[in-house]
Amino acid sequence: MHMADALLSPAVGATFWAGTLGTIAFCSKKLKENLDEKMIPLMGVLGAFIFAAQMINFTIPGTGASGHLGGGMILAIILGPYAAFIVMASVLTVQALFFADGGLLALGCNIWNLGIYPCFIAYPLIYKPLTKGAAGPTRIVLASIISGVIALQVGAISVVIETMLSGRSELPFSTFVLLMQPVHLAIGLVEGSVTAGVINFVKAARPEILDSVSSTRPLSAEISIRKVFTGVLVVALLTGGMLSWFASANPDGLEWSIEKIFGKPELPEQKRGIAPVWKKIQEKTAFLPDYGFKKPEGAPEGSEGGKGEPSWPAIEPGTSLSGFLGSALVLGLIFLLGFAIRVVRKNKTAEKMTGHDIR
Amino acid sequence: MTFDKEYFNLGYLDMLSYKDSVIHRLDPRIKVLVTFIFIVTVVSFGKYEVYGLVPFFLFPAMLFSLGDIPVMFIMKKVLLVSSFAFFIGIFNPLLDRQPMYLFYGVAVSGGWVSFLSIMLKFFLTITSALLLIATTSFPGICYALQKFGIPDIFISQLLFIYRYLFVLVEEAMKVVRARDMRSFGNRGRGVKAFIALLGTLFLRTVERAERIYRAMLSRGFSGRLHTTRQYRFTSADALFLAITVAVLYLLRVHDVVGSMGRLSMRVF
Repeated sequence: MHMADALLSPAVGATFWAGTLGTIAFCSKKLKENLDEKMIPLMGVLGAFIFAAQMINFTIPGTGASGHLGGGMILAIILGPYAAFIVMASVLTVQALFFADGGLLALGCNIWNLGIYPCFIAYPLIYKPLTKGAAGPTRIVLASIISGVIALQVGAISVVIETMLSGRSELPFSTFVLLMQPVHLAIGLVEGSVTAGVINFVKAARPEILDSVSSTRPLSAEISIRKVFTGVLVVALLTGGMLSWFASANPDGLEWSIEKIFGKPELPEQKRGIAPVWKKIQEKTAFLPDYGFKKPEGAPEGSEGGKGEPSWPAIEPGTSLSGFLGSALVLGLIFLLGFAIRVVRKNKTAEKMTGHDIR
Repeated sequence: MTFDKEYFNLGYLDMLSYKDSVIHRLDPRIKVLVTFIFIVTVVSFGKYEVYGLVPFFLFPAMLFSLGDIPVMFIMKKVLLVSSFAFFIGIFNPLLDRQPMYLFYGVAVSGGWVSFLSIMLKFFLTITSALLLIATTSFPGICYALQKFGIPDIFISQLLFIYRYLFVLVEEAMKVVRARDMRSFGNRGRGVKAFIALLGTLFLRTVERAERIYRAMLSRGFSGRLHTTRQYRFTSADALFLAITVAVLYLLRVHDVVGSMGRLSMRVF
């Protein structure tokens, strides 16, 4: 399930982007240290493979519903966590651009949810220990299904947490979790069995591919779970720290302190009073996107009133009518402007192309 | 949507990015930057904001018309995006039933307002993301990302995926067609056939990677991809950046709909 821009607040989106970019930088550094350059085309083409594979639908047994592959686990098993994360991140980036899955701000969250968990939790902590030594097909199936399920469960929880922190949805945490987890249990089971199927298929048909890839792949021998785990822990702590930093910056408190500094008395008609001033000050002083732009929750403004504010029941119907009219007018103007530019352009190109075929 | 159609749309979107227009000629760095600023500004509006979002339709409208992008094509793509936002947002009207606006005697609950806000944001952000790729070639975006300091390995991955995407999707299309011809209804489209199909595709992919690697080696590959196209930051870029940032700022700070509404109330 792809996280969406519309459900995110800038702070949460930026935090997960920071975490994702940090992990990309970390993995690139790791890969650069001892990368067989043969890996670069292999990674790239496998990325295109995952992209193509995700476009193929298949019927999920027993339900008739159709599903498609995620691919994170297959990549991790074949390429190892660092390379797999880079490939997964690039696949998701291409998807975000060409299919607009989720959007560009949510891309940070999506890479995090679908890349970090399979590559740095499910693969090193579950799949690898379970398939140690010469694992037979049954063990591979078991390990893939367990790790697939866990990766998707953690990813789903992560989506819930991101949505909760952004505060755009009304869903209470418990309901949301109950909604997400069972669905992702099913998806995880399918993902795990498909992963196992493909790995076993390749193992049966061309075993040397898996062997040769895993022998050339960086850090396959000396990758220690402890190291990876510490890495993930550090990243998680950093992200958590940043999150709480963003989240705890209470806008009400900030507003209160600004009021103190500028000595504005408490205005009952605050509606138009402090909000614009406060916003301007914010724009000038803030360097963080959230508080650079976000309106303080407590400050009612214009025709829009936050829920639960004292001014809320006193909305006159006039305000909403004027808002409606205003919206219609603005949209109409935008449409006209766009249409006019289009017409002018068409005429220009037509002039330029006289005598030629104008499609 | 069928596989063929999806592939066609992918190629068409890519083709659009090689058009020649005012917007297409801008430096990709500027377009990536402005798109991000736009998305963050839109998303930064509070939960119950509806009117504040309306003027932001100006940005996609400008890109559509100045960039000469077919509106219906992008709209169809926006509608087809698997809308997680919709499924989560639709719970708001069920859970938040406190009336917020009175519209001709009909009370509109806070839930519907916040749902509408989510859908407006969804539309604006998704449209602007698609407009970015429709007006900027993919290698251009990679170039921009590289200039923004994204690691080389990641950039070369993006370029590789883009290069082989169409090749592999076409190959996948062949096997999917073969499967569909041999299957009736859901029979034959199960996991088992899918695994075999994917495995075959995987083997072919790896073999292709080996061939590509040898071809690259013989052309002097040393671990890094180079781009020949150079972009220059022109005055048009500076102008575009300055205007969009200024307009976005004004729209964010000023209640355009409110003043328009007051104006229209006075007129009527």
